Parts: sequence; structure tokens; C-alpha cells
Amino acid sequence: MNTKVTIAGVEFKNPVMTASGTFGSGMEYSQFVDLNRLGAVVTKGVSNIPWEGNPTPRVAEVYGGMLNAIGLQNPGVDVMIERDLPFLAKYDTKVIVNVCGKSVEDYLETVEKLNDTAVDMYEINVSCPNVKEGAIAFGQKADNLYNITDRIKKVSKKPIIMKLSPNVTDITEMAKAAEAAGSDAISLINTITGMKIDIERRRFVLANKTGGMSGPAIKPVAVRMVYQCAKAVKIPIIGMGGIMTGEDAVEFLMAGASAVAVGAANFINPYATMDVVDGIEKYMRTHNVSDINEIIGCV
Amino acid sequence: MFYRKIDEGKVISQERLSEGIFSLVIKNEGAKFASPGQFVGVYPKSKDTLLMRPISICETDTAEGTTRLVYRVAGKGTSEFSTLNEGDKVKILANLGNGFPVDEVKGKCIVLMGGGIGIPPMLGVAKILKGEDVHSFLGYRNRDMFLSEEFMQYSKVYISTEDGSVGVKGNVIDAAKACTGLKPDVIMACGPMPMLRAIKQYAKDNNIQAYISLEERMACGVGACLGCVCKTVAKDHHSHVNNTRICTEGPVFDAEEVDI
Repeated sequence: MNTKVTIAGVEFKNPVMTASGTFGSGMEYSQFVDLNRLGAVVTKGVSNIPWEGNPTPRVAEVYGGMLNAIGLQNPGVDVMIERDLPFLAKYDTKVIVNVCGKSVEDYLETVEKLNDTAVDMYEINVSCPNVKEGAIAFGQKADNLYNITDRIKKVSKKPIIMKLSPNVTDITEMAKAAEAAGSDAISLINTITGMKIDIERRRFVLANKTGGMSGPAIKPVAVRMVYQCAKAVKIPIIGMGGIMTGEDAVEFLMAGASAVAVGAANFINPYATMDVVDGIEKYMRTHNVSDINEIIGCV
Repeated sequence: MFYRKIDEGKVISQERLSEGIFSLVIKNEGAKFASPGQFVGVYPKSKDTLLMRPISICETDTAEGTTRLVYRVAGKGTSEFSTLNEGDKVKILANLGNGFPVDEVKGKCIVLMGGGIGIPPMLGVAKILKGEDVHSFLGYRNRDMFLSEEFMQYSKVYISTEDGSVGVKGNVIDAAKACTGLKPDVIMACGPMPMLRAIKQYAKDNNIQAYISLEERMACGVGACLGCVCKTVAKDHHSHVNNTRICTEGPVFDAEEVDI
């Protein structure tokens, strides 16, 4: 049984990754799961300098999922290089660093600092709905997305994955812009902008007013968008949004994703990534699938 | 001792202590490794609710291997927990956070302060410090009190109520100020944020060491999501910004180190 998938020349032992922001840099969840069994660890977004993030409350539960407005708090790329990457290097898994910034220059500085590390790929966050400057501003207009992709691609020594926002009129326009600018792959979807109001206190639940929705309720939206993008572009897709089980992951693969990422499910079940790995293998056994690549985009 | 697992707990007992306040005793593997001030994440069974509910440990019985949670029904999750009966299974993420520095305070004049649903974790502290010079200040809204008699087994107890129906009228600080002869070396506290702010100020004014237990909306409980942060005076060693994770570096902090 083959579970290996290849994206932009990088071979993953299986198609299961972690969704950025839900898994730290792997350290916290390594007490629950064997990181060696993951296709890749995708780190929390990192910027050129440390970011404080948003005020609290930053998280709220909603029906079928949650809202978050962390605001990309991170210790900065230097700490990641000194502390987190050596930790991840102890494991036999691929490392994808999620990169965020407020300006194109921020992204370029971070990418350049990471270029000489053993990181396998970069995922470029142009879709976080929770920060005012940068991030999503680059991911909601095709021209902007093209420009930032093009500029990062020119300095990057690793393959890049542009992470797309679902908060757009037509996500395939964004996928095409990323592809045209040379992105090696795309990942989708980031969270869907939402809001929750505390009717007792007549206040927003989140200090940021809005937050990104994740969790099982967003899965059908994500599967649809992965399918649309798979039809629109030739570059590989990493699919995510509400994956809780192996069956969920198989849906994304059939929609056209070459790999999948597990996000909010980690909070709901710390063993979620392992359950997804096991669930995919179980599906393959019971459905006589000898190579995972057979089912990618099969619908 | 560090213990971090999903425990398949079994309900030993549940009782209602007062209006909306329940005491749930669960047999779980992590109980014998817990320390006072730590918390657990309790998972609701209903699919309407996905995230664990962080609830502080009231006390543990290491011989029996049980964890006691005293909680207030505040929403869907805790509402479901209040219907658990003896023998029911309950999934808990144990044990989370760091407890109170109980070993460092022995031999000192120790004041414990609990306000409302911040009272339960202080019981475990009082219990482990039995025999020490411990004074427990418990603040309630009114005469609908809970756990106060249990505190009397381990410490001197001072009650305050907002409506003045029992003890000193006001909050725990008012009750402490009324005890002019008491000169605490250390305060350990849990309760609502305005109370903790007042305790921080009171401790500073009187040159008393204070440890406070904080609360925040939480998702993962293990330090990955950065949902439950608190502002810090100095740069945090993990985050490299002035934010610290309540679930991981806390929930108990030296009051001087957090900007509340």
C-alpha cells in the first residue's frame, strides 16, 4: 500500500499535515502524537520580528466549530530558527514553515532568513482574516496575490505554497494568479470570517469583533473550493477545512487535493492527526486502494 | 508530577452544592499526579459542543485516584456535565497548567482568597497545607454558600458576602482589611478579574507576595493555539512578546509578573 505523495518535488510519507496555527511548531502535540507518522508539520505563522497578536478573548466556540482571532502572535523567525526548527529536525517528517508579514518586505526578509535552513517548503499566509495590515490584503485581489507570489518566488530557495482565503468572490481567480506567478502549490482554505455576539452582555464575544471560523461545519465549503481550484489550475493543492477523520481527508483527496491538513480537530482531539492517518489507511484497505494517488481528483 | 493524557474517567459521584454549583468526583488515572491549582479539560459528549471545558481541580484523593471538580453551570457544556451520574464515563484532558507553589510557602503566614467559582481550587491548596498557618477568605454573593465548611477542616475561615447576609459585607479584601492583626507573608488567590486586580494592589501596598490564578477563553489547553494569553510585564520566555499562555505558563502567576 503506497501512501506517499509528491508535491513540487518534495516527497511526503503520507498526505497528512497539520494546519498552520493549530499545532504550534509541533512541540506541544508531540506529547500526544508521534510526529514521525505525519507527512509534514506545518508551523504556526512566523514573521520577520515577534508579533503580539490581538487582545483577548481570542477564541470562541460556535455550532460545528470555533472562531479565532489570535492575530498571528509569534516569536519571530530568529526564535523559530534557534528553537523550533532544531526540535523538528529530530523527527522524520517534512517541515513546512508558514510565513506571514505586514509588507512584502517582511515576507521577503523571513523567507531569506529561512532559505539556509533545512525547511522543506514555505506556506505563504496571504489569507489570515485577523490582522489589519498585510496578510489577507495580499490574498483578496488577484493582482496583489500575483505580485507578492512573484516577489517571494524570486528570492525563495524552497518551493512555495500560497495559502488562499475563502473570503473572496471567486477563489479560482486567486488560484490562477498564484499559479501564473510561479507558486509551486496552493493550500486552501484558510478560515472563513465570522462573528459571534454575546446577547446577555450585548457585546462581541471576540475582542477583535470578527474571527476566522474553522471546524467540521466549514468542510463542505472547503471541499467545494478545493474541487473548483483543482479544475482551474495544474499545480498541486493541499486541502484543509474541518477535517476530523480519515473519511473527511479522503473527500478532499477525491476533490483534487494531493495532501490534506488537520486543524481545529487537534483542539477537539489531540490525537486527531493520527486518527486521520489511520483512517486513510483503513479506507485504502477496505476499498482496495493500493496507491493513494489513485484517488486524488477521482471524482 | 507531569501527566498529560486523555483520561477515560468514571463518575464516582455528583452533588449539587448550591444554586448552579455542582461537585463532580471522577476516577481518573491523572488524579494522583495533580497538584492544587492545576486544571483539567472536560469534553462534553454532545456534538453541539466540540471544545473541552477548562475546569480547575478542587481537590484530588491520591489514594482513591479521584479528581473533584466544583463548577458553575455557565453554558451548554457545564449544563451537560451537571447531568452526569455515578458510573457514567467522562473524557478529560488531564492535567493542565501549573499549580500554586505550595512547597515554597510552608512555615509562612498564608492567606488564601477565593471569590465565587474561584473558591474551589483554593480548597485543594488549604488541604495540602493543613497544619500550616492558613487563613482562607471566601467571598460569596449572598448566603447561598458552598465549600465553606470544608475549608474549616484545614484553615481559619473568613466569610464575606456582597449583600452582607453573612460575614463581612463586601469582598475578600474588605474582610482581610477588617482583620487588623493578620500580617500575611503570602496570598494565593482565584476569582473574578476585578478581585484579582484588587488583590494585586493590596499585596503590593502591603509588601506581600501574591500568586493569582487566571482564567481566559481557551481552545487547545496545551499551549499550541495561543488563544488564552495574558499580558506580562516582561517579555515572556516562550512567546518573546509581552504575552504569556495561561494554559501552559499559568494559570497561576506571580501577581507582579502579569499585567492585569
